[in-house]
Amino acid sequence: MVEPLLRLDALRKHYGGLAVTDGVSLDVLPGEIHAVIGPNGAGKTTLIHEITGLVAPDSGRVLFAGQDITRLSLPRRVRAGLARTFQITSVVPGFSALENVALAAQARAGSSFRFLRPAAAEAALNEAAMAALAEVGLADRAAVPAGALSHGEKRALELAIALATRPRLLLLDEPLAGAGPEETERLIALLTRLKSAYTILLVEHDMQAVFALADRVSVLVYGRLIATGTVEEIRGNPEVRAAYLGEDEA
Amino acid sequence: MTTQLLLVQALNGLQLGILLFLVAAGLTLVFGVMDFINLAHGVQYMLGAYLGAAFAAATGSFWWALLLALPAALAAGLLLEVLVFRHLYARDHLSQVLATFGVILFVNEGVKVVWGAAPLQVPVPALLEGGIEIMPGLQYPLYRVAVLAAGIATALGLWWLVERTRAGMLVRAGATNAPMVSALGVDIGRLFTLVFAFGAMLAGFAGVLAGPIFSVEPGMGDNVLILAFVVIVIGGIGSIRGAFVAALLVGLVDTLGKSLMPDLMRLFLDPSAARQAGAALASMLVYVAMAAILAFRPAGLFPVRTG
Amino acid sequence: MREAWLPLAVLLALGLAPLAGFGGSYETTLMARAMILAIAAVSLAFLVGGAGLVSLGHAATVGVGAYAVAILDAHGVTEAARVLPVAIGAAALFSLATGAIAIRTSGVHFIMITLAFGQMAFFTASSLAAYGGDDGYTLYSRTEVLGTRLLEDRLAFHYLCLGLLALTWAASAMLLASRFGRVLRAARENAQRVEAVGLAPYPFRLTGYVIAGAIGGLAGFLLANATEFVSPATLSWQRSGELLFMVILGGVGRLWGAILGALVFVVLETWLAQQMQHWKLVFGPMLILAVLFLRGGLAGVVARRHG
Repeated sequence: MVEPLLRLDALRKHYGGLAVTDGVSLDVLPGEIHAVIGPNGAGKTTLIHEITGLVAPDSGRVLFAGQDITRLSLPRRVRAGLARTFQITSVVPGFSALENVALAAQARAGSSFRFLRPAAAEAALNEAAMAALAEVGLADRAAVPAGALSHGEKRALELAIALATRPRLLLLDEPLAGAGPEETERLIALLTRLKSAYTILLVEHDMQAVFALADRVSVLVYGRLIATGTVEEIRGNPEVRAAYLGEDEA
Repeated sequence: MTTQLLLVQALNGLQLGILLFLVAAGLTLVFGVMDFINLAHGVQYMLGAYLGAAFAAATGSFWWALLLALPAALAAGLLLEVLVFRHLYARDHLSQVLATFGVILFVNEGVKVVWGAAPLQVPVPALLEGGIEIMPGLQYPLYRVAVLAAGIATALGLWWLVERTRAGMLVRAGATNAPMVSALGVDIGRLFTLVFAFGAMLAGFAGVLAGPIFSVEPGMGDNVLILAFVVIVIGGIGSIRGAFVAALLVGLVDTLGKSLMPDLMRLFLDPSAARQAGAALASMLVYVAMAAILAFRPAGLFPVRTG
Repeated sequence: MREAWLPLAVLLALGLAPLAGFGGSYETTLMARAMILAIAAVSLAFLVGGAGLVSLGHAATVGVGAYAVAILDAHGVTEAARVLPVAIGAAALFSLATGAIAIRTSGVHFIMITLAFGQMAFFTASSLAAYGGDDGYTLYSRTEVLGTRLLEDRLAFHYLCLGLLALTWAASAMLLASRFGRVLRAARENAQRVEAVGLAPYPFRLTGYVIAGAIGGLAGFLLANATEFVSPATLSWQRSGELLFMVILGGVGRLWGAILGALVFVVLETWLAQQMQHWKLVFGPMLILAVLFLRGGLAGVVARRHG
């Protein structure tokens, strides 16, 4: 049995009387791309907040590479190797694409409490940033202010930023949300390329994309995981069809 | 003796709190609904006091002065809104702070030109002269009691307006989530003008009431403004209830502090130094309280806006 | 930095002015005041434009530095080698203590809490009966430099202020360009993004706040020596408002804008005050107009010409 990279152990979170995370346990194995799907209101966003440290669970643990990170802040989790992207793209609009990625590279390479040397002149940071931009196909857009990039390019930039933190796990929060058909196609191609190199936890609404990309799928309904399995298993699971797939795919 | 003094000071504190509430109420709503920092709100209070003093001198009657000063304060507020503030809603807080700071400079200087730099005295209305016995052998000025009563009545009226009427419901909703209210088809600009004018009038009302108690002088609004900001930050921006609780708290802390601190300081310092140090430290107390409260509740006691 | 020719030209002009017939007591006093305020304004621009921390209490750091000079003077300590580190250190410590709480908040709350801390410092200064209380404190003499009366020399003081202004600008620009400054700039635009690359903005912001405070203390040291007088008015919130105005008048986005802003402010204020008694009647509206129409400030205008 392989040691899981990320393990959620009986996570629970209540808001008032409402259980938004109701005993969720889940393993993400090294090298796999594991998708979490669920209808709106299933508690996906809260689950992501619990994994990234924005919301503390009432009980249960989050283990990353064997280490208990349940109480760590987002920055500390990122430094431990858990990088994330946001459902609503989050970049520094006034920075060039390159500087956005260089910021992530500098967070990884030594202290950021350095006061004398111009950061833009640090060749090592710029090279690392260019490499990450090239990986997502944005190399020729390096000098463009991030705020001026198209929606799809911002998505890709966010991926490059995440890659530049040299993550062991990529947590992608609805990376296809808001993308047009062409952009979606390009992003799926990009994710397919990344798939071979990174362990990914993908939370996504777009079912076609999930079935095309994922190795394993977990289905979240009303705060509970009702099934985990391969794409085929999930497709064939009657409970899943009843609870979820029926709506979109019938 | 000491309990009597304490009682008087507590009443004075409540009464300062009530005046602060009248100023803070408009400020917190304007702030909550439009996310607009209006440093010039204290100017409304000062204008109210000056208008009250001027009308009192012209008509010889405090009541006529009150009646005339309220619409005049409202008109002044509307004028400022149209001329200056309206153009700042979409701007960042820094711009709002500075432009309204400019308004303060202008109006403070303006009242000096019109009424002179010397403080004006406003006589207490004849009907409310003298005192009433609140405890055997303890007289308290009737006018101050009337101010307390008027303030509490206004606070209740305001509470009813905000909690029980449709306009109040929109204002509360606006404070929580302005985009949603405008998505409901409400003209948020008009709603705001309404709230703004009303807030200006309340501050003016406080100014008129304060006239016979404090001296009417240029810059009198500045200190009240800063205290009112402390009030709304402690109370939670946009919350009327929070403003009320915090205003009374600030009024009491400030007034009691000013009367007790010098005595307290006398334990450590010689009398004249104690008086000066005590008064200054008492003025600090309010800010210490605010820092302490914000350190534990960064969004104030009654936070309105979530997220 | 192509458009930086203007501030460089201004610094050069300030350097040449005493040699070109502007070396009299009146002119050098005026220029010293402008340069000292420019130092404080640049440090505030570093905070506001660089780190996005809009402080409405920056004058307090200047006041802490100035009061350090006064208090040491009263105890017979007048050697710059001891006074200057104390002035800077005291302002830095003040910023550390207040920043530790203030930076936990954001937006409007940050503006208000820095205002409150400024008021606390103001009232503390008023309470220092041994150092003049409300009336302020007159220095026995200017600070000595290694036992010499160097600062008494008009020209020496002029060039010291000029040198320190240039140094402040260069150091602030260097800081903003460094790794540290990159984190600050990124956090100003998108704090969540900074956290998501693994950096917590808080320690960076606090460090920036302390650095700006230390520079404020330096300005305070110079200001006390320039006027040989220190009073609580140095710490008032109106002074903080004026410093913010210098920053926005110059242009928030560029550090050197604050230098222009401070110079224009001092010249304008002095000139208007000579023209009329009630100069604030003109100055207030000018401030409002500058905010409303001078987007990007003077630096923005210059940059557009050369962009």
